[in-house]
Amino acid sequence: MSGGDIASIFQGAAVTITLSLIGILIGLPIGLGLALLRWANVPVIARIVAVYVSMLRATPLVTLLLLLFFALPNIGIPINPISAAITALVMNTSAFNCEVWRAALMNFPKDQYEAAQSVGMRASLRFRRIVLPQILRVSLPGLVNEMSLLIKVTPVLAVVGVVDITRAAVRIGAETYDPLPPFLVAIALYAPIVFALVALQRWIERRQSAAEAAA
Amino acid sequence: MIHDFGIVWTERALLLSGLANTTILSVLAAIASLLLGFALTPALMSKHLAVSGTARVFVDGMRCVPFLLFAYIVYYGLPSLGLRWDNWTSGLFALIVYNTAYMAETLRGAWVAQPREPIEAGVAFGFSDLKLFRRIILPPLLLSAGPVIGNQTIQIIKDSAFLTIIALPELTHAASSIQSRHYVPFAAFITAVFLYWGLCLVVEAGVNSVGRLAEARR
Repeated sequence: MSGGDIASIFQGAAVTITLSLIGILIGLPIGLGLALLRWANVPVIARIVAVYVSMLRATPLVTLLLLLFFALPNIGIPINPISAAITALVMNTSAFNCEVWRAALMNFPKDQYEAAQSVGMRASLRFRRIVLPQILRVSLPGLVNEMSLLIKVTPVLAVVGVVDITRAAVRIGAETYDPLPPFLVAIALYAPIVFALVALQRWIERRQSAAEAAA
Repeated sequence: MIHDFGIVWTERALLLSGLANTTILSVLAAIASLLLGFALTPALMSKHLAVSGTARVFVDGMRCVPFLLFAYIVYYGLPSLGLRWDNWTSGLFALIVYNTAYMAETLRGAWVAQPREPIEAGVAFGFSDLKLFRRIILPPLLLSAGPVIGNQTIQIIKDSAFLTIIALPELTHAASSIQSRHYVPFAAFITAVFLYWGLCLVVEAGVNSVGRLAEARR
């Protein structure tokens, strides 16, 4: 394995990180939107969201990705590997985020909401000032956990030809007939990223339980 | 579109054998990783630093590695070390080892949350270690950890789909071959999605009935 090979795995790392970040940034608000639709019990739509989330949570990312990549062009929507990858990641992570947000919304104390209503806050202000700051704090560990899960499923994107860490490592392994070293380099790249997120989640949980104990 | 589903219907034998393989893989992996998780949990909580440290490194290590990469290493990387397995052995081995770490961590959490009194009462009554574990610790532990074990089983079902990359003939692989043979991507993969959904709903129903049992026995 040459220096150039290692450099190409690092280029793959840039792709993995970029796609993960895009997935996280788009998936977070969509998950919140889906959770709000269910929370507000919008007729029909809330049911549809519930079924959609239940189905997506049960679908392996690789199956979803193959579905998008092969079926969309078939019905006339051209799609390249990168946009298929981003769509699949966003659909997958937003379903999980929806459940995290929804759990926080369901535990949100109703009296605070009613108090805000009684002092005449509009719905948007109520949500921004009263609800969001509090559910954000409650959901944070779950959301960070979902981010680490998201990064752990990104190697699947290699299946449709996205050149991420895993695909770069597989290619070098096939060229050099010695797959173990590039795989070990790949692990050395994934592990710290995921570990940082896991450590962040533990730190947030510890800090929150310490704050609760002090209160 | 209806015609496409007709094609998938004529290939139902392939799809059903994929579903059967996914189910077999997931059930075997879930049972084995649960049992191995049980063996590993005491090591995680051991007072000997060397034992608990080693177990901790394994569990945290697995939690930081993507499953797909791990499956690649087992299938393509281990032959460099002289271990050459077929795709079934490699796939099952990867699923079991990977999920053992998650099961052990789950069980540790449930174990720590168990009340101390029944265990101390059991010790006071002179239960042997094995009997204490089987009669006093295990039943409430399984009941309280039921939902998380169910979630992990769903995770195993989804992980098994990754094994399509090592050409293991499971459900996603079956859908892929139908799509490449007849070019009916939507019908083939959406059918697979519904079958996965069905599998997960079965697991959830099982978890709920265990939950009701736990509620009734409390």
